[in-house]
Amino acid sequence: MTALIETLNPGFVLVLAGIVGLFIPMQRVRQGLMVIAPLVGIYMLTQANQSMELATAHVLGLDLVLYRVDSLNFIFGLAFLIAALLNAIYALHGDDKLQDGMAMAYAGAAVAAAFAGDFLTLFVFWELTAVSSVFLILRAGTRAAYFASMRYLAIQILSGVLLLAGITYVYQASGALTLQAFTSLDEPGALLVFLAVGIKAAFPFLHNWLQDSYPKATVVGAVVLSAFTTKLAVLTCARLFPGFDILIWIGAVMTVFPVFFAVIENDLRKVLAYSLNNQVGFMICAIGVGTPLALNGAAAHAFAHIIYKALLFMSMGAVLYRTGTAKASELGGLYKSMPFTAVFCLIGAASISAFPLFSGFVAKSLTMSAVAHEGYVVAWLMLLFASAGVLEHSGIKIPYFAFFGHDSGKRVKEAPFNMLLAMGLASAICILVGLPSFFGLGYGWLYNLLPYPEVANHYEPFTLGHILTQMQLLMLAVLAFILLKRFGLYPPEKPGTILDTDWAYRRLGFGFANWAGTVWGKAGPAMTRVAGLLAQRGYDRIEAVFSPRGQLSRGPLTGGMAIWTAALLGMAMLLSFLTVQH
Amino acid sequence: MIESILTHLAPAWAIAHAAPLLVVAPLVVATALVFVPSGRLAWLISILTTGASLFFALILLALVQADTVTLAALADAGIQTNMLREGVVSYAIGGWAPPVGIEFRIDALNAMILLLVTFIGTLASVFSWPTVNAEIRTEKQNLFYGAYLVCFAGLAGVAITGDAFNLFVFLEISSISTYVLVALGAGRDRRALPAAFNYLVMGTIGATFYVIGVGFLFAATGTLNMADYTALLPELVGNRTVQAGFAFIIIGLGLKAAMWPLHQWLPNAYAYAPSFVTTFLAATATKVALYALIRFLFTVFSPAYTFETASFDWLIAPLAIAAMVACSFQAVFQTDVRRTLAYSSVAQVGYMLLGVSLASVFGVSAGLLHLMNHALMKGGLFMAMAGIVLTYQGTTLRDFAGLGRSAPWTMTAFAICALSLIGVPLTAGFQSKLMLLQATFTAGWWWASGVIVFSSVLAVIYMGRILEAVFFKAPENPRKVRKEAPLLLLIPLWVLALANLWIGLDASFPYDLARNAAEAVIGVGGQQ
Repeated sequence: MTALIETLNPGFVLVLAGIVGLFIPMQRVRQGLMVIAPLVGIYMLTQANQSMELATAHVLGLDLVLYRVDSLNFIFGLAFLIAALLNAIYALHGDDKLQDGMAMAYAGAAVAAAFAGDFLTLFVFWELTAVSSVFLILRAGTRAAYFASMRYLAIQILSGVLLLAGITYVYQASGALTLQAFTSLDEPGALLVFLAVGIKAAFPFLHNWLQDSYPKATVVGAVVLSAFTTKLAVLTCARLFPGFDILIWIGAVMTVFPVFFAVIENDLRKVLAYSLNNQVGFMICAIGVGTPLALNGAAAHAFAHIIYKALLFMSMGAVLYRTGTAKASELGGLYKSMPFTAVFCLIGAASISAFPLFSGFVAKSLTMSAVAHEGYVVAWLMLLFASAGVLEHSGIKIPYFAFFGHDSGKRVKEAPFNMLLAMGLASAICILVGLPSFFGLGYGWLYNLLPYPEVANHYEPFTLGHILTQMQLLMLAVLAFILLKRFGLYPPEKPGTILDTDWAYRRLGFGFANWAGTVWGKAGPAMTRVAGLLAQRGYDRIEAVFSPRGQLSRGPLTGGMAIWTAALLGMAMLLSFLTVQH
Repeated sequence: MIESILTHLAPAWAIAHAAPLLVVAPLVVATALVFVPSGRLAWLISILTTGASLFFALILLALVQADTVTLAALADAGIQTNMLREGVVSYAIGGWAPPVGIEFRIDALNAMILLLVTFIGTLASVFSWPTVNAEIRTEKQNLFYGAYLVCFAGLAGVAITGDAFNLFVFLEISSISTYVLVALGAGRDRRALPAAFNYLVMGTIGATFYVIGVGFLFAATGTLNMADYTALLPELVGNRTVQAGFAFIIIGLGLKAAMWPLHQWLPNAYAYAPSFVTTFLAATATKVALYALIRFLFTVFSPAYTFETASFDWLIAPLAIAAMVACSFQAVFQTDVRRTLAYSSVAQVGYMLLGVSLASVFGVSAGLLHLMNHALMKGGLFMAMAGIVLTYQGTTLRDFAGLGRSAPWTMTAFAICALSLIGVPLTAGFQSKLMLLQATFTAGWWWASGVIVFSSVLAVIYMGRILEAVFFKAPENPRKVRKEAPLLLLIPLWVLALANLWIGLDASFPYDLARNAAEAVIGVGGQQ
């Protein structure tokens, strides 16, 4: 039993729990399982030895490493497991077998992929995250959600196919499937894997699936989705492409451009989706810098981000659950009827905006310092601008329009207790991780889990300089918001559609499909007729040879075969005699 | 795990004499069956006998796989193991030393084949009673089982012996009893008689070719022992007599193994023989002949000889490809399900020969893995077929319509084996076909991999037709009531079906067997 606990990938437990959960009709039993599975997973993770191949398999001549924990994936796996636990608690109020099971299987797939030690295992669970998560969008039941989920699935599968192609190249070239950093993007294998990761991490121009699908997911689904897919890509990216310069610029652009979209977006969950993009940008940028300090920053940021982003999605989910909408234009003044949710949302907002004493601050400081230390001034300025932008759209806009602002007159019940519990736990983590070190808690706890703890422990986030810079930034951003509001220049909350680059493939793709359909409708019958004629000819020909009455089956059986035998013998002898012996 | 047979289960005499007992026990029991009054008793006795042979085969496998520690422990306990060296059991019959006397010689390759033959033999014996009772006249039942045990002993003998002429004797023992067994199908369908006659003529041609080939080798070397051939033939590669012997032997054994186009005895024999006989033969007979072919190609002769390389490239591989395509097409057009399965068997022999003709460890182990998997799936398919013949008396595609509702358990197992035959992932067939594909890739035979895929598509068509009729068509005769095959038949059937799924999930056991077998024979034959 101990051996099993130490050597079984915790993700398998979650996937199994998820699959079993699909078939348990009793709500309490199923949800009990969903809560217990992540706890078991966390326990198993604490028992695992680091930097060892804990479970291997030999399939068809390939050496697979099913479970490998090291300092890099430990913190991601831990964050995934905590997120899975919070999600399970958050989902307790509803009775939905498919959603419960798929959410857990999805979380399990992400955990298993995080701890995969080779490309093939990674690929299998990479695909499983895609296939299981699509149900979380589909389950919303709307027509828009259906189409979004199909687009989502197509793009995620594309990512998987690219990954598989890349893996094939890598395997052909090196003969090994070990997950280790690439040296350059010149070889096709590395490029294909890079694109696959890029899709999952929502690099600029590959990002649209995220804003397209997450806001259309179910209340619980959006919370679940926010945690895993992109962070799995971040982990994979940190594993395979650390210190690739191009990532600095991809990351920097990623942090900046969603700011504009987020500020004018009306659907608050879509605002969060854009902000997710922006946050992942910080991590990608840090990976591009690639120094131990920067990688620490990426990992710490990912951990903190998983929790506070989940918290924000949870609070918006609670609002959606109670009021039936997440549109800024239809909300406002909810602090009166949902005070706890409002407080939790504010904690999440403070964390994402990196207020000192909240988790975002201790995480983001690492990245900012690393970028500054390596002298990437332009990138540093872009990140600074993006930090202000984060405060603008996630830190202020989300709580302001939902809970304060003009009163929408909606008077609803406070969120269900389980939602409050999940949000409370997430808030507690956000605060505990953000405080100065005390009794093993505070940011010191987080820093000890980072890939390079010795570097992290020398880093002091609460210096006067850091706090001052951050507070100036935050205060100015708040000031800007107030001034813009006061003078009526802030983009008003009103319904509308924002054109992002996905317009291109959604509109053009649909148009092309339409056109192709028309052409096919005309040309199809003619081609079918010709093809049918040819096929009939071919079929007749084959049948004339092979059918029971055909040429092959005619003639006296024994005599025919005796002749065949003699002929073959002659041939074999000729072959033997004619080949020259050396 | 399998060592525990040696250390805990088997008595000392069984370990010392497992090799001869495996063959002699069924032979002796077969003669005794003449005096057994009832078919049911004969059935029980043959289960026990085949089961005992299975036990001996397991002992031999354990001996071949045993490491030095286990062997030393056995020697300390005073148990005689007849190990020639690690991995090879050699038993001199009657105490006559090998070059003069007959030698039974078992390495990883025959251990695997023996396990397969005895395992299938035991499963087939268990399921046989209901169908034998229905298809064979009461007074002939004990003789039928006698002939079956003779055939079983013959096949095991071919797989176990290390003497080329003794192999011919066992080949004839199994063949002659097979002709009888096939002819007994006349009780159900008179066409069994011409089928058996054709099989007799062609089988005799094959056996004759083989014995002529052995004669040539004897003339050139003066010995009949295969190990001696291995040692002597490298000197005689340029010798025309040896080359002629090679040609006769591969054609003779190729005929027995149903190598296209020498397969024409097979479809009718399989289609009209009693159901039980078909099941047993389909899973074992061609496999054993194929084993003998591999034995000669890789240990007696060697791929190092240029004339053998030429036959691989220009004779065996092309014929394998032709079998995979032509017989798959023929299977598509059959209206009798048993004939479809029979033609498919010939096509599958093509797969195995293709693996063998690669002459690499990878290729041969892929071929051997497919050989084992094919025995499991075809055994299962014909077993389900026997159940249908028993309960519904029909073998044509039209008779199969709607059976999925009438006999769901039988047909589900049939469907599992059918999917395995097609090569659907998570079934045994997928594992071996994938391995075969990889082997052809590694060898650079891209065209061959294309043919494998194409032939698999044909398999989708011919098995798909049957499955469609079974599960999606309404029965032609609405009186078809819900009636399963008897439990005695269902249990072995499901054992095979589940074995297919199990290998589909975890192929390590048969894979290791096949890999060890391939490694045991490749490189043994003389080098030039």
